Amino acid sequence: MEKKVLLSAKEVEVQFQVRSRVLTAIRRVSLDLLEDETIAIVGESGSGKSVFTKTFTGMLDTNGKVTHGEILFEGEDLLKIKNDQGWEKIRGKKIATVFQDPMTSLNPVKTIGSQISEVIIKHQGKSKEEAKKMAVELMERVGIANAAERYDEYPFMYSGGMRQRIVIAIALACRPKILICDEPTTALDVTIQAQIVQLIKDLSQEYGFTTVYITHDLGVVANVADKVAVMYAGQIVEYGTVEEIFYDPRHPYTWGLLSSLPQLGIKGEDLYAIPGTPPSLFDVIQGDAFAPRNPYAMKIDFEEEPPMFQISETHFAKTWLLDPRAPKVEPPKAIRNLHERILQMIRPEGGYYGGE
Amino acid sequence: MAENKEKILEVKNLEVTFKNGKKEFVAVQDANFDLYEGETFSLVGESGSGKTTIGRAILRINPTSKGEILYKGKKINGKLDKETDRWVIRNIQMVFQDPAASLNERATIDYIVSEGLSNFHMYHSDAERHQKVVDALKSVGLLEEHASRYPHEFSGGQRQRIGIARAMVMEPKLLIADEPISALDVSIRAQVLNLLKKFQRETGLTILFIAHDLSVVRYISDRIAVIHKGRIVEMASTQELFKNPLHPYTQSLLSAVPMPDPQIEKNKKLLIYSGMEEDSKTDPRSWQEVLPGHYIYANESEMVEYRNKVTL
Repeated sequence: MEKKVLLSAKEVEVQFQVRSRVLTAIRRVSLDLLEDETIAIVGESGSGKSVFTKTFTGMLDTNGKVTHGEILFEGEDLLKIKNDQGWEKIRGKKIATVFQDPMTSLNPVKTIGSQISEVIIKHQGKSKEEAKKMAVELMERVGIANAAERYDEYPFMYSGGMRQRIVIAIALACRPKILICDEPTTALDVTIQAQIVQLIKDLSQEYGFTTVYITHDLGVVANVADKVAVMYAGQIVEYGTVEEIFYDPRHPYTWGLLSSLPQLGIKGEDLYAIPGTPPSLFDVIQGDAFAPRNPYAMKIDFEEEPPMFQISETHFAKTWLLDPRAPKVEPPKAIRNLHERILQMIRPEGGYYGGE
Repeated sequence: MAENKEKILEVKNLEVTFKNGKKEFVAVQDANFDLYEGETFSLVGESGSGKTTIGRAILRINPTSKGEILYKGKKINGKLDKETDRWVIRNIQMVFQDPAASLNERATIDYIVSEGLSNFHMYHSDAERHQKVVDALKSVGLLEEHASRYPHEFSGGQRQRIGIARAMVMEPKLLIADEPISALDVSIRAQVLNLLKKFQRETGLTILFIAHDLSVVRYISDRIAVIHKGRIVEMASTQELFKNPLHPYTQSLLSAVPMPDPQIEKNKKLLIYSGMEEDSKTDPRSWQEVLPGHYIYANESEMVEYRNKVTL
């Protein structure tokens, strides 16, 4: 079944003015968000994953500007919006964001409840009583026990995981079409992380919104995503369904990210670490941005930028290795037959999960 | 494997209490474990479990309220004479979680790395001191010219390596690594983990690794203790703990580890641990050995259940 395109970013380029220099953070990225789908954007810090999604809600820092491209959403080019009044119809209402640190997204001197009902009153035009009732329902829905009693408490009385649940409740209060989750669990414990990830998944089915999940951790991606976009140095270098990215990755950078996961580490052996550091985005990048760190780099990688090669209907990768003239290269051993390897890890005798 | 090795650190019935006015809060209760020379021992638990407090109690940043900590057979908690005090500082070093907050931002890397050296007069000439700093920087993959720079000029991963260089330049016997990779990107994590392993291979360092993520711990440690709300609930060798995770809290931690496999992740059931009833009168819990080297905090009826579950 063909899913409808909800938002379409085309050839987006973002530049920042830093003192007298220009930094190109996003280098002509195109991406479609489909209805009722979760897409994960994965990359290291500085790869541009947050900056890219901030263009959907006009939240770039003041020294940043979209210098090329268009973002089509409900028949409108979002990049034509010039002021905050224009953005108000989109930001929060249609496209909401959940940030990494819940403490900075909540107002410390207002009660939890008032912060949720405020949004309901503003965006849905409900009365105070109605809003309170809806807010308590939302709090229950995101897993706050005794919601009615905790309505009048302040953010500092909540734990980190619960604060993040409240931020999600506030984001959902306007029934957005798209929820951008920007590293929502990075600051949280693994057990709480797993619960928040599950909550976002359940809510997206129940409320029917599209989720954009930004993370640097491929482990989490396997759980949440339908589609995955891997970003490197301001570009999407590989894009595909979650199965394609994990079971048949094609870009050497994706190989590196997967192989460096400690979950796949073998005791007594070194973990794979991607050598070097990402390129400076102040400079003009010649050829493939990943080439200096790529153990499989060829001469052409340093000279010419690779195009997006299409592997299947849904799978694309931007590497010269996919050119028919390139030598055939196998992915590293650590991530070949990934599924079989992990099955072995979680068998009772090999143990990973315990329980069933 | 660990039995025939020498104990470098013993923690006995350790309790740490924080006082706030009249209110008392027991952050760690009845912690018992030993570290053997050259091993990596991990303390795993969520925030607030007391894992960091134990690490800080060993370094005497947090005072203890009960119990004993012995380093090489000598008591190192409570009041110490000056000589012992310096001996401990010299031999036990720490790497902190947040590499940005743990480096003095107004000091050069040269000063940061050599501060411990000067406190202990571990050099004869300034040239020797500088050489030690340069060697320490090189051993963590940084360059000589980095010595004259300031912390803000480095990335998170590089700063964490400076933190490791600062600890390792003292040639410690025991390194306490408190979540050293939590604040780092996945690809940088691998570099820092490899670095710690390298030092262990080269110098026979003992590492106390504090973490909340069992996947990292599985890869790096020889033995693991799981801590929940100030109490160690299970302890075993890494292999044994992953083979026979018995305590429900250990199981919930294991189920929370994200696996890089969509088929498995999309069908997995999260186990959530919400605590167990304590029947302290008729059947109190205590620290018991299920299998050789595999300890668990349990009462008699739970022990029966656990013994049945164990696969050899």
